[in-house]
Amino acid sequence: MDEHSGGHGNGNGQASISQLLEERGVSRRDFLKFCSAMTAALALPATFAPRVARALDEVKRPTLVWLEYQSCTGDTEALLRTANPTVAEIVLDILSVDYAETIMAAAGHLAEENLDKVLKDEKGKYLVVVEGAIPMKDGGVYCCVGGRTALDRAREVCGGAAATIAVGTCASFGGIPAAAPNPTGAVGVRDAVPGVTVVNMPGCPLNADNLSALVVHYLVFGKLPELDAIGRPLFAYGKRIHDNCERRAHFDAGQYVEKWGDEGHRNGYCLYHMGCKGPETFHNCPTQRYNEKTSWPVGSGHGCAGCSEPQFWDTMTPFYRRLPHVPGFGIEKTADRIGVGVAVATAAVFGAHGVVSAMRHKDTSDETKED
Amino acid sequence: MAKIVVDPITRIEGHLRIEAEVSGGRITDAWSSSTMFRGIEKILKGRDPRDAWYFTQRFCGVCTTVHSIASVRCVENALNIKIPPNAELIRNLIIGSQNIQDHVIHFYHLHALDWVDITSALKADPAKTASLAASLSDWPLNSATYFKGVQDRLAAFVKTGRLGPFANAYWGHSAYKLPPEANLMATAHYLEALEWQKDVIKIHAILGSKNPHPQTFLVGGMAIPVDPNSQNALNADKLAEIGRLIKKSRDFVEKVYIPDLLAVASFYKEWAGIGAGVGNYLSYGEFPDPANGTLFFPAGIVLGKDLSKVYPVDQKKVAEYVDHSWYTYSAGSGKGLHPWEGETEAHYTGPKPPYEQLETDSKYSWVKSPRYEERPMEVGPLAKLLVAYASGHKPTKDAVGFVLNKLGVGPEALFSTLGRTAARGLDCLITAQQMTVWFAELEQNIGKGDLRIHANELWEPSTWPAEASGCGFHEAPRGALGHWIRIKDQKILNYQAVVPSTWNASPRDHKGQRGPYEQALIGTPIADPNKPVEILRTIHSFDPCLACAVHLYDTGGNELVRVSVR
Repeated sequence: MDEHSGGHGNGNGQASISQLLEERGVSRRDFLKFCSAMTAALALPATFAPRVARALDEVKRPTLVWLEYQSCTGDTEALLRTANPTVAEIVLDILSVDYAETIMAAAGHLAEENLDKVLKDEKGKYLVVVEGAIPMKDGGVYCCVGGRTALDRAREVCGGAAATIAVGTCASFGGIPAAAPNPTGAVGVRDAVPGVTVVNMPGCPLNADNLSALVVHYLVFGKLPELDAIGRPLFAYGKRIHDNCERRAHFDAGQYVEKWGDEGHRNGYCLYHMGCKGPETFHNCPTQRYNEKTSWPVGSGHGCAGCSEPQFWDTMTPFYRRLPHVPGFGIEKTADRIGVGVAVATAAVFGAHGVVSAMRHKDTSDETKED
Repeated sequence: MAKIVVDPITRIEGHLRIEAEVSGGRITDAWSSSTMFRGIEKILKGRDPRDAWYFTQRFCGVCTTVHSIASVRCVENALNIKIPPNAELIRNLIIGSQNIQDHVIHFYHLHALDWVDITSALKADPAKTASLAASLSDWPLNSATYFKGVQDRLAAFVKTGRLGPFANAYWGHSAYKLPPEANLMATAHYLEALEWQKDVIKIHAILGSKNPHPQTFLVGGMAIPVDPNSQNALNADKLAEIGRLIKKSRDFVEKVYIPDLLAVASFYKEWAGIGAGVGNYLSYGEFPDPANGTLFFPAGIVLGKDLSKVYPVDQKKVAEYVDHSWYTYSAGSGKGLHPWEGETEAHYTGPKPPYEQLETDSKYSWVKSPRYEERPMEVGPLAKLLVAYASGHKPTKDAVGFVLNKLGVGPEALFSTLGRTAARGLDCLITAQQMTVWFAELEQNIGKGDLRIHANELWEPSTWPAEASGCGFHEAPRGALGHWIRIKDQKILNYQAVVPSTWNASPRDHKGQRGPYEQALIGTPIADPNKPVEILRTIHSFDPCLACAVHLYDTGGNELVRVSVR
């Protein structure tokens, strides 16, 4: 590790990020604006912005490789929509993205050569992003790239990295391919590649601004942010959607949408009765929003689906069924305590798919009762 | 004979591998293989049909709306639900903007680097680049200063010695024909398009909360409330923003995308004689009129490149074969099954990874082989436009005529790699121009006081019949997409999708007929077998989307339900 750059420089005497940005026509002012936005995304006090700027000034250009396995490419697409377009994109570009199947110009064995070069030249220094789940069943034949299984390649690439970032719910927890009955034995990176440092950035797809913030955190502080019990950074997953929701006042006042398009729906009432999973979901959607903060699901009239929670495809469905047991008014528990509860429940879900199926059947009877 | 293997095919959605035999500088045989499988349709079984759109949306995050649309249409068809006009128009706007944004991203970010050598852009004269650009359109950024700025940024990037995603490509290959100025212009627009796409797709965020994966579709309508007198609904303020974004998307398509497409195409006219493929074309049509369901782009079939006749689509004639796919049928090999009767047992018989070559004489892909009356069919913008052109659809006839005239070629040039790429641009242009019509209709309808966005009557599953079946069709950016559902006791009994890239990427069938990718590669020239950029040109001209293409069909019953394509 390079002491001067906090362990992520490549040590070949390159220009700092702010210099590179200037060469690319990004003004100092835009750069500082970006640093402020990142500071906010990281849930740091605004006074940290100069520190973020200073740290980025000193950081050299680390390498990032982006692996894609059992995915829909939604997380790559999310990356293309980052909310601080010019600068964030360039910062990610400045990371030297040496391998990313969806955007890279090289193909075939020449593409794989690029990845092999990183493994050799940047050992222990590069960052890996993984998008998509990794199938474990039948020797991993359900996902191969360049004739090698995802499992084989991911173990090699993540094993030699400084850190691995699992983007999206599939790479974090298995996601949709792992939904019952999990036909291919799909799992998240932590389960497929035990023993390596993995940060989980779930969401379906992830909010790419949170990824930018994570990378900035790593560059600025020289370490990974604090994580919850299931590997998610607290700055983005430390609070419940329900507790930060713009419609919370309507929940507390007992004002609910009862039918799509009714008066309550048109007036922004609470979507709890329409199946909103905000009360059981930890994510910063209400504040971070999507597409340059244009909107987010609840803001546009549809309930939260709980997409940043492990196995939400089984535990949060049917999506339009009202959650049972959402307690009364106010913020009744700290995020930490609920986080532990969620983690324990998750462990149980991971344990047996039979449990998941049982839960789904139970959902059915609940729904019938409510209806 | 030694094979060329390209794996991974990059700049696509998903995992695709191409193996090809080359003799005398041309491809003599080719095999298309998908190497990833998830099995989402099996996962759908037993779930609430109203949730299906959310699951199927995850078939693909690139064409991120298409499976939601096909899914809600499919369930609505099964339950006989008619959605309100606002919902239909909002869907048209979402489909249209998906189409426009997706095509532009494909052209600039997934396909352009097959034709554009960005390293050559460093040698360009910015002033000459500006005159070239100005001769093509009056786009405001066509100045020497602007192109000089882009060139400087590019030079600074190259100077770092680390080309990131641009490293190790086929730069300097003899197949690149553009002069440096055209390369610089295209590189500038590559970067511009990256900014543009982020902005215009906010139409999805306004109407559907976010993109990718808008969260707004409902069986029976849409979840975005409409109310000019509320700040929590689609109101005049939000409509104005959508209007701005529609204009911005159309401007870019008219003044940048289409001129670039024509400029690039004029240097690669020989590709109008390469990559023809199977010559059969299927389109489901798209953009229903909320009043009567009439489709703006008509559905139909063109066979054997014969534009004098358009056949109606009959979904009963679709069948899938697995003779070269890693599945088994209970009735044995050589049989095709209609999706309603579909069954699948995933059964990998390929080489044990790591492998060098697939066993292409037997089974070699996770994609099945859909066939229409036993014929392989090409789907996508070219099929959509050929069907519309042959049906006499005026906007299509005008647009196609304009381009053929501009390039000085006849309609036969359409059956090619270049024709496919050009058709995508024209599809984008026609759709971008039509967006203003749907937008005006939506404004007028809201202005009349119609605030309905959802047909509530059949929302509760308790109101449904014990059993129902349906199918939904959508002409997605990559072509003809169909979803089929069977519902029993308010749950999904069986769910199936036959998607565009399944048609196009399919391996050989029971008769040994090649799939469209495979057939299109035959005869493609290969200048350097170690750098087969020509394979990328033809494969990318289809805009592959492989995560979509691979499905698992469950055992269904024997009941055949007759549903026609609307």
